Amino acid sequence: MIPGHFAYHAPASVEEVITLLGQYGDEASVLAGGHSLLPMMKLRFAEPAHLIDINRIPVLRGIRETQGVIHIGAMTTESELIASALLNEKCPLIPEAARVIADPQVRNRGTLGGDVANGDPSNDHPAVMMALDALLVLRGPRGERVVSANGFYQGTYLTQREADELLIEIRIPTPPPGTGQAYCKLKRKTGDYATAAAAVVLQLDGTRCRKAGIALTNVAPTPLRADAAERVLEGKVIDEDLIEQAAVQAMAICDPAEDLRGDAEYRTHMAGEMTRRAIRLALQRVQGKSP
Amino acid sequence: MTRQHLAFTLNGRQVETLVEPRELLIHVLREELGQTGTHIGCETSHCGACTVDLDGISVKSCTILAVQAQGSDVMTVEGLAKNGELHPVQEGFMQEHGLQCGFCTPGMMMRAYRLLQENPNPTEAEIRWGMAGNLCRCTGYQNIIKSVQYAARKLQSAKEG
Ligand SMILES: Cc1cc2nc3c(=O)[nH]c(=O)nc-3n(C[C@@H](O)[C@H](O)[C@H](O)COP(=O)(O)OP(=O)(O)OC[C@H]3O[C@@H](n4cnc5c(N)ncnc54)[C@H](O)[C@@H]3O)c2cc1C
Ligand code: FES
Ligand code: FES
Repeated sequence: MIPGHFAYHAPASVEEVITLLGQYGDEASVLAGGHSLLPMMKLRFAEPAHLIDINRIPVLRGIRETQGVIHIGAMTTESELIASALLNEKCPLIPEAARVIADPQVRNRGTLGGDVANGDPSNDHPAVMMALDALLVLRGPRGERVVSANGFYQGTYLTQREADELLIEIRIPTPPPGTGQAYCKLKRKTGDYATAAAAVVLQLDGTRCRKAGIALTNVAPTPLRADAAERVLEGKVIDEDLIEQAAVQAMAICDPAEDLRGDAEYRTHMAGEMTRRAIRLALQRVQGKSP
Repeated sequence: MTRQHLAFTLNGRQVETLVEPRELLIHVLREELGQTGTHIGCETSHCGACTVDLDGISVKSCTILAVQAQGSDVMTVEGLAKNGELHPVQEGFMQEHGLQCGFCTPGMMMRAYRLLQENPNPTEAEIRWGMAGNLCRCTGYQNIIKSVQYAARKLQSAKEG
């Protein structure tokens, strides 16, 4: 199994990437970690005429915080996310999700930017980015623009990114103190995509929930923001009754495909269960106890 | 398609060859460079039989283009033994019966080699987590865990001794 023919480019700067993307547009694919793209190319589901390898551009890597915003370079690997002291302290949801993606070798190559840009609903980071209200920085021949992760995913493998744009970095507003986060994913084995998963971010004001971010992985053609479930919790002291109502609201928006992981009913049910568990865990983490 | 010149360090030796951009690292290692120790299992990034060390990290060589190794430092199972002496990881797999058919073993050993550099004194749970990208159809994994523990002890005592 080897990919079809393509011309290989290994630019050394972002500017060169943009020039190449401007030149080749939808004839080209960007090669990040390659752990979604190369398997697709082997199967000939993807046959780019030009492959632009962005692994030799150090400025696209790294994690830093400035003025209440965490910046993560698109080429930062899953292993780097897991090892980051900054993220483990200030935004543990991201390393938590990275730990349940694939296996050590895959995580050494797979990147946050690739996972976010891929557009496959089974990717785990998109829901995490939506729950965190992340911003995505895209740069192309017409300049740079910043879009929200919410609204970025329009269909399976269909995102707001234009064919000639490069995802440069991901920006996350640093969660304020008093924020509880959790990512709960059901999978059958190491290396499996989610049967269903839920990302939950709860900002508390004392005992009351000021703001909730809830998003779901792999239960529809795109990752889903569960707004109605968020509204159940916001402004209230969260108890088991509200958690149940939120789970019902989350299940109401699911539209999963039947696959080897289960039929639509089961996967919807599991999305509800992952939502319950993630809300409980996020609360427990911020309050030190369960509701 | 035009072939490109590729040069990298393989097990401490400088190697060069001509490759098509679409060739995977595993194929170039085995077919162009004659290093058949690294195995091809699934070719779909799942089994880990093709695991090699690339610039100090474990990677699956079926999911990397050979051209991406340009200028890199690659180590395969052929690089483990030094001066005719088995590496402690190899000794561990031998002493603890860490293999049956042996198909997964080169990948297992290369992952164990790197895991023990990242974490010289892993718990059993850390070994299982760290080796989770390598599948074995034969052993049931128990003896693989013991082999890694054997190697960890041996490497530790060599450091202290
Ligand atoms: C065995 C296995 C299990 C896996 N399990 C999971 C899992 O449970 N959850 C999960 O989320 N993922 C999983 N993955 C996929 C994950 O590992 C990939 O790494 C990820 O989906 C894509 O990231 P990448 O860096 O490898 O990107 P690539 O494969 O290189 O690229 C993916 C796509 O995004 C585009 N792209 C990449 N970077 C950019 C950029 N900066 N700007 C613009 N476009 C870009 C590419 O052109 C391509 O279309 C698994 C993969 C394997 C092999
Ligand atoms: S052959 Fe590479 S992971 Fe199986
Ligand atoms: S020993 Fe046979 S696959 Fe592991």
